[in-house]
Amino acid sequence: MFTIFGVPSGALFGQLLIGLINGSFYALLSLGLAVIFGMLNIINFTHGAQYMLGALTAYILLQVSGLGYWPSLIIAPIVVGLIGIIIERFFLQWLYKLDHLYGLLLTFGLALIIEGVSRHYFGTAGLPYTLPDSLQGGHNLGFMFLPNYRAWVIAASLTVCLVTWFLIERTRIGAYLRAATENPTLVRAFGINVPRMITLTYGFGAALAAFAGVMAAPIYNVSPNMGSELIIVVFAVVVIGGMGSILGAIITGFALGVVEGLTKVFFPEASNTVIFVIMAIVLLVRPAGLFGRRA
Amino acid sequence: MMEHVVDPLAGQRSVWREQSETIGFIVMVVALAVSPFLTYPLFLMQALCFALFACAFNLLIGYVGLLSFGHALYFGWASYIAAHAAKVWGLSPELAILTGTLVATVCGVIAGSLAIRRQGIYFAMITLALAQMMYFVAVRAKFTGGEDGIQAVPRGHLFGLIDLRDEGTMYVLVLVIFLAGFLLIYRIIHSPFGEVLKAIRENETRAISLGYKTDRYKLMAFVLSAMLAGVAGSTKAIVVGIASLTDVNWPMSGEVVLMALVGGLGTIFGPVVGSFVILTLQYKLAFLGEWVLVIQGVIFVICVLLFRRGLIGELANWLKIKL
Repeated sequence: MFTIFGVPSGALFGQLLIGLINGSFYALLSLGLAVIFGMLNIINFTHGAQYMLGALTAYILLQVSGLGYWPSLIIAPIVVGLIGIIIERFFLQWLYKLDHLYGLLLTFGLALIIEGVSRHYFGTAGLPYTLPDSLQGGHNLGFMFLPNYRAWVIAASLTVCLVTWFLIERTRIGAYLRAATENPTLVRAFGINVPRMITLTYGFGAALAAFAGVMAAPIYNVSPNMGSELIIVVFAVVVIGGMGSILGAIITGFALGVVEGLTKVFFPEASNTVIFVIMAIVLLVRPAGLFGRRA
Repeated sequence: MMEHVVDPLAGQRSVWREQSETIGFIVMVVALAVSPFLTYPLFLMQALCFALFACAFNLLIGYVGLLSFGHALYFGWASYIAAHAAKVWGLSPELAILTGTLVATVCGVIAGSLAIRRQGIYFAMITLALAQMMYFVAVRAKFTGGEDGIQAVPRGHLFGLIDLRDEGTMYVLVLVIFLAGFLLIYRIIHSPFGEVLKAIRENETRAISLGYKTDRYKLMAFVLSAMLAGVAGSTKAIVVGIASLTDVNWPMSGEVVLMALVGGLGTIFGPVVGSFVILTLQYKLAFLGEWVLVIQGVIFVICVLLFRRGLIGELANWLKIKL
């Protein structure tokens, strides 16, 4: 072990790792928000609740049916994605012609409902979720100890983020999606079922959030409150990055996680507020956001 | 952008229709003068503070079209400062309320000038994020007392003379503060300044092309709204004797949105009615525990999907008058 700026390297790299992990959740969630906003013109306040539902589903699957981490990683996003599709069909689809603000208010209401119901059944204390055996343990890299699970989370989120980017920017379906974001009427005229695409997009965004939730479950405790605080930080991340660019959302998410981790080492008092301070600075210097286009 | 009441003057004119706001005001004052004899004054005083808070919020969303999702910042911080001023510095209640209001106003200037740099949905996210930042500051700061908050704040003597421990006297003071804030908002909305605000709400680009510096108008409206939210928060701290993290956290920002939405965004009396409705619900349903949160969420959903004009907005629309 050695020291950097008077901080032991183990502590520094440890916080950096936590920062990267938080960053991967920020990236996954802001990515989902950006995709949903692009198609539905709605800021999805329910996103935090969907992230929490992912973790909670994994917890329930383990407790009730004994299904472990790996099945949950597939099942929970599907379940939450389906719930998302139901939400879109029953509630959101009536709002597309209205002001954006109503979408925010409606999804805020839905978030309150989901959080309230979960709190009633699961309380506010965190519920522990045990790691899968296959991912326990870790490696000593010499300058720090790297737990296997954390390495997996970072690798998996990065992969999912990049696959999503590839899907949207480089495939035919993604091209339809981007076209429908620009001009839905014209795309419909070409015979593409835009309303179904919108529904599936929302389901996909919700599934992404749930995927992040399952991955978060073994790191943080599973708690009904875990989504609402995270989503506000993710909003700040989205303001900093701007929602115009998929890659921008991913980079901003990871970068801000790292900055937050470093703040924990050098100036722990500010670790909760640093992202908001960065947001204020970005608003002063580049009001459209780092990757945003001026609306 | 909001749905509006049909212009009443388009239909038949009558004194009743033209004076609907005055009549509404008289009904409200009479109701508020009588109600302490019918229900708990402490509940009414709290409701009046929240009513002023909701009216301040409504000034932004209803008349400028800006959705602030962080109004707990001004309410909560004013509440902390007023409580601290009254308890630790020993200031008289009117000075404590002034100090709290001043701090809220300064916060409004800073947060407002940042938030108006982006439009629409981003504006809401920025205000929410800034409020969350100040929530964390409140958690960390020593004087706020962390989880306990500032408790046992003395009501003191108004101007050093009038003892406010008497519920009746306190009620009169709160009523006067509320009505003063309400009339100020009414005056703002009906002033030339207010007309420009409504023009910005309807079509900001057009307002700019007509030569209005819309950013200045938006900031001014934001600061006024923050200031009045500060008056409400400070007064609440003096009335209840507590300032806590609840006042400054994000659910409080959501609650004030809900109050204005239930009553009717962009109506003058809506936020008042909305805050009484929501507070009554919270008191009556407190035994339900976490289900209160669910019920609030359900009300949000119902209001947005079926009931966007809110209670007063629907009433005004039905009677074809302005309220």
